[in-house]
Amino acid sequence: MNKNHRVPSSRSLNAVEVKSKFGAEFRRFSLDRSKPGRFDEFYGLLQHVHRIPNVELLVGYADVHGDLLPINNDDNYHKAISTANPLLRLFLQRKEEADHGTFGTDSLTRKKNTVLSAVLLRPDHNKKKPPVIISLPKDFRPVSSIIDVDILPETHRRVRLYKHGQEKPLGFYIRDGSSVRVTPQGLEKVPGIFISRLVPGGLAESTGLLAVNDEVLEVNGIEVGGKSLDQVTDMMIANSHNLIITVKPANQRNNIVRSGVGGGGGAASGSSGRSSDSSASYYGYSSHSAAASIPPHIIQNFPVGELESDEDEEDLVIEAGGEAEPIRHMASNHSMSSLPRYEPHLNLRTATTPSPDRAMERGSLEEDGTVITL
Amino acid sequence: MRAFLEVGIVLYTLVSVLGSFVKTVEHGFPHQPSALGYSPSLKLLAIGTRSGAIKLYGSPGVEFMGLHDENAAVTQVHFMPHQVELVTLLDDNSLHMWTLRGHNGLSELLEIGRFTLTGPPGVTRVTAVLAHSSGELLLLGTEGGHVFVVEVPGFRELEERNISLDQVSSSIPDDYIGRRNLEHVEALQENPVDPDQVIIGYGRGLMVIWDLEKKLAIQHIPATQQLESVCWTEDGKYILSSHSDGSYCRWMVGGQDMNEEEKSDIPYGHFPCKAISKIVQLPTEEGPPFLLFSGGMPRASYGDRHCITVIHGKTHVALDFTSRIIDFFVIRDGPQRTDPSALVVLVEEELVVIDLQTEGWPIIQTPYLVPLHSSAITCSHHVSTIPLKLWERILAAGKHQNAHYSKKPWPITGGQNLAPDPPQRDLLLTGHEDGTVRFWDASGVCLYPMYKLSTAGVFHTDADPNDNMNQGTEGEWPPFRKVGCFDPYSDDPRLGIQKIHLCKYSGYLTVAGTAGQILMLELNDEAAEQTVEAKVVDLLQGQEGFRWKGHTQLDIQEDPVMFPAGFQPFAVVQCQPPAVVTALTLHSEWKLIAFGTSHGFGLYDYQQKNSVLIKCTLNPSDQLAMEGPLSRVKSIKKSLRQSFRRIRRSRVSLRKQHLQEANARLEAELAEMELAPVQRKIEARSSDDSFTGLVRTLYFADTFLSDSSHNTPSLWAGTNGGCVFAYMLRLPSVEHRADEPVTAQLSKEIQLMHRAPVVGIVVLDGHGAPLPEPLEVAHDLARAPDMQGSHHLLVVSEEQFKVFTLPKVSAKMKLKLTAVDGSRVRRVGMAWFGSSRTEDYGESGLLVLTNQGDVHVVSLPHVKMQVQYPCIRREDVSGIASCVFTKHGQGFYLISPSEFERFSLSTRCVVEPRCLVEAPLHSGCSNQHQSQPDGASSTHRYINLEVSLFSSSKFTHFTSSALSLFNEYFNRISILHVLHITIIDML
Repeated sequence: MNKNHRVPSSRSLNAVEVKSKFGAEFRRFSLDRSKPGRFDEFYGLLQHVHRIPNVELLVGYADVHGDLLPINNDDNYHKAISTANPLLRLFLQRKEEADHGTFGTDSLTRKKNTVLSAVLLRPDHNKKKPPVIISLPKDFRPVSSIIDVDILPETHRRVRLYKHGQEKPLGFYIRDGSSVRVTPQGLEKVPGIFISRLVPGGLAESTGLLAVNDEVLEVNGIEVGGKSLDQVTDMMIANSHNLIITVKPANQRNNIVRSGVGGGGGAASGSSGRSSDSSASYYGYSSHSAAASIPPHIIQNFPVGELESDEDEEDLVIEAGGEAEPIRHMASNHSMSSLPRYEPHLNLRTATTPSPDRAMERGSLEEDGTVITL
Repeated sequence: MRAFLEVGIVLYTLVSVLGSFVKTVEHGFPHQPSALGYSPSLKLLAIGTRSGAIKLYGSPGVEFMGLHDENAAVTQVHFMPHQVELVTLLDDNSLHMWTLRGHNGLSELLEIGRFTLTGPPGVTRVTAVLAHSSGELLLLGTEGGHVFVVEVPGFRELEERNISLDQVSSSIPDDYIGRRNLEHVEALQENPVDPDQVIIGYGRGLMVIWDLEKKLAIQHIPATQQLESVCWTEDGKYILSSHSDGSYCRWMVGGQDMNEEEKSDIPYGHFPCKAISKIVQLPTEEGPPFLLFSGGMPRASYGDRHCITVIHGKTHVALDFTSRIIDFFVIRDGPQRTDPSALVVLVEEELVVIDLQTEGWPIIQTPYLVPLHSSAITCSHHVSTIPLKLWERILAAGKHQNAHYSKKPWPITGGQNLAPDPPQRDLLLTGHEDGTVRFWDASGVCLYPMYKLSTAGVFHTDADPNDNMNQGTEGEWPPFRKVGCFDPYSDDPRLGIQKIHLCKYSGYLTVAGTAGQILMLELNDEAAEQTVEAKVVDLLQGQEGFRWKGHTQLDIQEDPVMFPAGFQPFAVVQCQPPAVVTALTLHSEWKLIAFGTSHGFGLYDYQQKNSVLIKCTLNPSDQLAMEGPLSRVKSIKKSLRQSFRRIRRSRVSLRKQHLQEANARLEAELAEMELAPVQRKIEARSSDDSFTGLVRTLYFADTFLSDSSHNTPSLWAGTNGGCVFAYMLRLPSVEHRADEPVTAQLSKEIQLMHRAPVVGIVVLDGHGAPLPEPLEVAHDLARAPDMQGSHHLLVVSEEQFKVFTLPKVSAKMKLKLTAVDGSRVRRVGMAWFGSSRTEDYGESGLLVLTNQGDVHVVSLPHVKMQVQYPCIRREDVSGIASCVFTKHGQGFYLISPSEFERFSLSTRCVVEPRCLVEAPLHSGCSNQHQSQPDGASSTHRYINLEVSLFSSSKFTHFTSSALSLFNEYFNRISILHVLHITIIDML
């Protein structure tokens, strides 16, 4: 305690005075301006000085203009340190209680107090609902995605469900059935596997990408033709941590049409905030309204090898008397943590670009952040 | 290391070239037999089945099998007299001619012709077949009453010789019951002394003796009862007919008064009797003839018995069989080959041979066609290369049990067995529902019963142990005598054997059963009285809130029990709750057994007779595990009972409309159930699934569990929830083994992330070879494991094969199965694929059977999929569940409740029938069926094939060391065993 209440005795130029507020408590300490360290160390320090080691925090600071800005990575942390003059005022909130609306640069026009009061005088019920928070992609964990749009026929859809580390059940059922195929001999009825039921509240239902009576064509890149219902069931369960199913949707109206720019951009398409640059792309979404209104998904592409991702293959080994440690698969270069492990910077790309290289992918991220819908 | 790898690849290539998958032989008793035939000249027995298979058996080891293309039941089998041909009649009215053709010095069963009578089915449906002694004619009696004559081989109809109904009926005397329809031809018999005369028996009862040459009726026999069978006595003087009212008649041939039967009798008469379906009378050299007939029992009192009556002089016995009689015949020998020596009876579930020349007519033990299912098989265990000493002791114990069998040799002696003597002694142990364990000699083609162990004596059961033994009381009529061993009715299902483990070096056996009982047994050559010490082990370990809803445990006899010579129990562990034992293993060197149920596992020291370790693996949220295996069956019963009660109650209260409503609702529910398509839930496995705690596999290993410099004994357990526990065991030194305690300490716990059931755990030594069995090294029968290099742990789950490093467990390699092709591991076994080059070089591989019925070979230690063969139909769930692998690349699985199919993936170990049947000498055409043994030329062909396979491009990159191995291998081919030839023929 006394350490934290220590008033910095020597106000050298190198020191940044920090005043950190969490709830009703303040802590004061100092940091070396020339060696600020990394954000996660800083974050740990905050948890330590407030004696809240297991509480997830949102860290904000008041910048020179009086705006409340977030500190959540090395860049803005260093910015905050470098601009501290000399006092750095920090405002900590529990993540679950966080009022995201308080951050913003538009607060320039507002009075300082207004901004800070949002933090200091907690929930103000008279205030209007905070606007939709636009956060960094790393704050999200993907739940599902449509992938390989450029290589699949328009009538098919390849959906990736991310089961890892979440409690939500996959929540769907499959059944036997027959489908009609066009062959050189004419129409032919062949046995097929279909989605028969979606469990309310399950992952499959919440994505909105799978529907009852969709025909299952592939599981993690392996065709299901000729396989029995039980075989397909076992394949899906064996891949459940990272399930990629290619379906032929029963409802073909929501398909992505790639010939020309689609017309039906409904009212919601405006909200997608597509940048004008994207007109350079060849394809658009025929029905942005549908895509945008449904729950979270990301459209992205994966190299084929990644269909058989090993990322979830960490077995848990408990040594006697020791602590549990996950086994990392040697082949896997992903480092796994319990928190979001997904790096969309690498994978996220616009589905409207036919064959992009990595640079383009990254470049188009800003443009088509649109596909991240909330 | 690199050279080692290369050789590994080479050998596997050899495996894939030579060790192609072969189904070699079927052991046991054919499922659903439907016809029996016998050739006195070939001394071969033929059995046809309802699935269209035809199987021939001669002396032990002589076996042939054929399958009709039509999936129709075989209704009749007739050998052509004095020839190697036989004719089968199928349910679909087709006739098939089979022959035993010589090929490479061996005989093989081949279908050489088929034939169907043309004409309206009502007329031409064949009901009786006579293979004429000339060997050239086949007489076919039909439903329409006509007899067609067909020339064989070739099936040419001889229309001019047909015996039409008109020809016969025109000659019938007018007084024969108003000349009614004669009905179908029931029987056709040839006069044993005059081949031109045949008797045609019609269903109505009339019999006509017909001269084939003169084409006219010689005599009419006007029986008035429905005819069942006809028998012409040896001397040609009498004809016996049996009838549907349980009577039989004897008629004089050529007698003056044609219309009077000489003798008529209803043997079990007074009250209405069942039909006598077959009757045979056979003379003896001196003394009275034998009269044998099946059926004829009094309908009301004994209508459900399956009996054959044998009357010889004053002796009269009604042999009471265990299942429906298909057919029977009598084997005759003696100077004139006339004396009946053995009665061979085919009943639905077994073949019984009765010695008619020894007092008391004892049974001759069958060397093949043994009913494996005399009590349903519940598990099996295979032990390869049994030491001679143990083998002899088991055989001796078995001899004590076979005292009641006849001393006569097996009477069916046709053919020569040319198979080489089996290279090793293999034992197959089957556990049965009635608590017995049967030991079978599985070294050769004949699965020969060696010894039977019964565990029921250890427990109090309601059943009277002498239930089966009670013979007919004095003066009982008919004079029944029970014969046969088929007894599928288990007195107490809890006795069922679920797991077996035999140590072949020490003779210790452990068996575990349905009610959580684990018995430790020791081989004793003398009968002895033993008090069996029981130890109750509570696997729940104080877990609260569970109530076992299944069966109770078996009560163990507290008094000393007399055990016959053989395996005698000396300790019993009783799991609590008494759930079925799901895993069992024995380490005879450490004198420990480990056992597991759905609740947990335990370690028991059978030297000190105390429990070392108990671990509860139960997931607290798993309620299903508390229901016993019977509770589901019970719940159906219970619900039925409840619904009946409900109905009764509603009847009492006379509220019928309620009942109707309930019925309507039930019907609606049923209809809904039928309409709903089959659905499968897609859900990731979680720790909350039921039976995650079920212990699937247990394994003892001496390996590096805690540090890489000291190896220690360890116990490994794998559960249904993808969890592996490893315990370090501390064993006292040998001198203190009896008094210092054994301790176990949890060392590692691995939770596989995919949570699939763990079905196998193996530790691989520094060379990548699996650790040898206990005592194997001590007996100089295995190379000591490499303790210098680092050990690896192989965990086989239903979905993947995963290799971890030891002692620090980290994943090294894996092979995914389910994620790639949707099949799951059902059975797994380690096999040694011996190289054909040297005795001691070979490689270990993992044999895997999937739920799709495919067999895979997975190489070790690199877990690479090598080959895959379809083996069992995927729908055949019980076949897949019954599969057991041997240590030498063979396997067994049940193709029916009573038959094991043997298959082989190895080149060195192929057990298959190799036999020769020669045509009888006095047959003119015998030589054409005997081909020259041309083994040399076929060997040549074999080498050519090899070379062409190996010269294909993918073999070009091998190192010189590997090539030299090839060369040596080829050198050996020139002195190749015949055994390889057939494999290549199949290629």
